[in-house]
Amino acid sequence: MTASITSSVPVPPGLAVAQVLPDLMLPVKVRRGVLGFLRNNPTVAIGGALLLLLVLIGVFAPYLWTVDPTALAPAKRMRPPSEQYWFGTDALGRDVFSRVIFGTRVSLTVGLSVALLATFAGLAIGLVSGFVRWADSIIMRIMDGLMSIPPILLAIALMALTRGSVRNVIMSITIAEIPRVSRLVRGVVLSLREQPYVDAAIACGTRTPMIILRHILPNTLAPLLVQATYVCASAMIVEAILSFIGAGTPPTIPSWGNIMAEGRALWQVKPFIVFFPAAFLSITVLAVNLVGDGLRDALDPRMAKNL
Amino acid sequence: MNAPLLQVNDLKKHFPIRGNLFSRGGGGRVYAVDGVSFEIARGETLSLVGESGCGKSTVGRAILRLNDVTAGQVVLDGQRIDTLSPDRLRRIRRRMQVVFQDPFSSLNPRLRVRDILAEPIRNFGLARSSAELEEKVAALMDTVRLPRDALSRRPHEFSGGQRQRICIARALAAEPDLIVCDEAVSALDVSVKAQIVNLLQDLQREFGLALLFISHDLAIVEHMTHRVAVMYLGKIVEMAPRHQIFAAPRHPYTRALLSAVPVPDPTARRTPMILKGDVPSPINPPRGCRFHTRCPYVFERCRTDEPELRQRVEGQWAACHLESLPEDAGKGVPAE
Repeated sequence: MTASITSSVPVPPGLAVAQVLPDLMLPVKVRRGVLGFLRNNPTVAIGGALLLLLVLIGVFAPYLWTVDPTALAPAKRMRPPSEQYWFGTDALGRDVFSRVIFGTRVSLTVGLSVALLATFAGLAIGLVSGFVRWADSIIMRIMDGLMSIPPILLAIALMALTRGSVRNVIMSITIAEIPRVSRLVRGVVLSLREQPYVDAAIACGTRTPMIILRHILPNTLAPLLVQATYVCASAMIVEAILSFIGAGTPPTIPSWGNIMAEGRALWQVKPFIVFFPAAFLSITVLAVNLVGDGLRDALDPRMAKNL
Repeated sequence: MNAPLLQVNDLKKHFPIRGNLFSRGGGGRVYAVDGVSFEIARGETLSLVGESGCGKSTVGRAILRLNDVTAGQVVLDGQRIDTLSPDRLRRIRRRMQVVFQDPFSSLNPRLRVRDILAEPIRNFGLARSSAELEEKVAALMDTVRLPRDALSRRPHEFSGGQRQRICIARALAAEPDLIVCDEAVSALDVSVKAQIVNLLQDLQREFGLALLFISHDLAIVEHMTHRVAVMYLGKIVEMAPRHQIFAAPRHPYTRALLSAVPVPDPTARRTPMILKGDVPSPINPPRGCRFHTRCPYVFERCRTDEPELRQRVEGQWAACHLESLPEDAGKGVPAE
């Protein structure tokens, strides 16, 4: 028996003092604040950092050693990547690097605007549908109808009705994404309004608008935020597809989709024209999805960490 | 003072079976509560007992007007509340509050305790200034014996028993006359259960509260109630003061329920009265006495005539054709 334990109480005969055991559970440091949240959720941190970088690239596009992305230089067509043309030039001699960097603006604008608009519209529709019984069946049948059309086809059809512009792209992708969001919100609202704390609030004399504002809305935000990131990622992909098939942004505005479309015919001989915008698209979508996955895990109420 | 605080007259709550696009649900109904009448006096505890699905909670929800009633009357202090307009109902809600079973979902996880307790006070205009509001909220924490500095915490930082205290504090915040405790202690473990029951009893004495105590735990009920109403399949089958019902039940179902209560004595030898079969469906309740499919003393009349709830001895009402239950040693419980 080691004599590391000193006790004033004498040990009765036949008994021994147990040894001090090492702590199996090391103390957990509680991290607070935004930085603490990011350290606890490295997925969100990595995705967020990538996304921030891309936003900065989009904002400061003209200052990042770019030239006019629409400037033609027929003499310097299809140059491979070099010190002068980092990503090479395309079939019309335009600088692919500048086009890709400026294309970030379109993708991010479309992704974020669609996420924002579809989330707000879906939230409003979902709340009405979850609370107003007679409206629910009508709204949800319309949403079912919209959902039965693949979002890309719906967006193509809507683009066919209008002129190609960034605003119209945003509108048509938003319309295609609304059903998914409103369905989610409706489901959450239907389950929340059965919660005893909602009944208790009714018994406490709280009026319906206040119940929605105080008790329903704040609790739908977590799943909604996660859904918004997925909407954002899918909107970027749909935008690229629309531009790729020529139904999206007009050719005068460089977007990753139309850079790839223009490089498509040449991809076997000059693969870099398609490669760089595709890589940027993949990284952007990955960043958004990382943020979404990280938030989903962090906001899961079943693992109520430090709310 | 002699007029009861709450009167429930022939309360019925039927839920239509909703169909979908392709079937209309057959127009069937779930007879969840089918003609329930009782009274609660000021400062009295009435326990509503019965097995799962007998309509206990539906009665509670109907009294609180969380569900509309199908038929019957709910009278609070001489005023019918089942027909009130939404605006007047909102005002009368102050007098009836509720504590639910699950302390984890009864509190909005996003709100701080202070805001949870302030909600009814603000809604009913019970505080004139924010200082008075703060004072009331702090006093409520004292009343339910929680530390005042817990006010700025959120519900997930509390244990089940503490959360139930917050729920009780929220109910008290409205300064009610009646609190419906819908299985309020069923989700708690035994020692916490005892604390909450004692707290409720203290509060009842202090504020003259009437309690409608909905429970399936007869041991707790015996400890704290004044009167007991036993429900079976949407109806009250027996109602009596506590001593009478626990000593001499007059309805076979009550007897079966009481014999199912565990006795904390391993040497006690009993032959529990075990009922056959399951509770019939409330969609299609049996004709005659609703209990006849499982009653050990069933006879011909039970299958055709529905027994009325009749007063047998002073204060003890039972709905059974038998004037007194047989002393059946084989099936029944040994007499006390």
